Amino acid sequence: MNLTLILFIVLAVVAVASAAGLLVSRNTVYAALFLVLNFATVAVFYLLLGAPFIALAQVTIYAGAIMVLFLFVIMLLGSEKLPRGQVLPWQRPMAIILVAILLAEAGLLLFQRLKLTATLANPEASLNTTESLRTLGMLLFNQYLLPFEVTSVLLLVAMVGVIVLTKKEKGEPG
Amino acid sequence: MAQTIPLSWYLAISALLFAMGALGVLIRRNPLIIFMSVELMLNSANLAFVAFARSFGVLTGQIFVFFVMTVSAAEVAVGLALIIIIFRNKHSIDVDLMNSLKG
Repeated sequence: MNLTLILFIVLAVVAVASAAGLLVSRNTVYAALFLVLNFATVAVFYLLLGAPFIALAQVTIYAGAIMVLFLFVIMLLGSEKLPRGQVLPWQRPMAIILVAILLAEAGLLLFQRLKLTATLANPEASLNTTESLRTLGMLLFNQYLLPFEVTSVLLLVAMVGVIVLTKKEKGEPG
Repeated sequence: MAQTIPLSWYLAISALLFAMGALGVLIRRNPLIIFMSVELMLNSANLAFVAFARSFGVLTGQIFVFFVMTVSAAEVAVGLALIIIIFRNKHSIDVDLMNSLKG
């Protein structure tokens, strides 16, 4: 029982609990805040896995930009709470059964294909240093340059699309 | 120190988070929460990517996570814009009301 193991277990509990909070909370703002907590714990998982760049990108992009956008839309629409309406009676049990099957399948694959004690390879690779950042940047801008540029075009298209979608036409009411 | 945690534990957490995201998509009727559950699923896939990248000692998994993050940012922007337009037309965002293609 060392420090990393304790940290991992605590983080896992927090991650699963915050995901459960997202599922059950009635108020959308609380759900968004639970999701921020979940993203933060996953960022610490990334740090444990020796991926500092991804961890910080997670905090800035997911927990920062994306969740701010979510909260902004929640407050813009004033849709913190939806009235309880009629739901399909079999929807909830059906969903739970399907997800249980999915989990059982994943667990089965996990236990069959991977030895549970298989540890992470080359822990001494010192991925936590600036050297890994340099390697990551070189990889991104050499081998993956084309996908990188395509991604920038994708972001541009998304931005233009959103502006066109939400712009009011001339003469259109409210 | 970090090597004491097996790869399969990370994969188990990832699978659990993915299943919870899928459950959220299936049982909730608020499109914003459905959207957040989709983000949860993407995030759990990212966790599996990084865990495998660490396990195999290559950085390609991290590069892929970077791309997934970018695509999900674009997806969130477009999706929230769509939700805003639906709210403008129907004055509600309950997914049960989105049952016709005609605006």
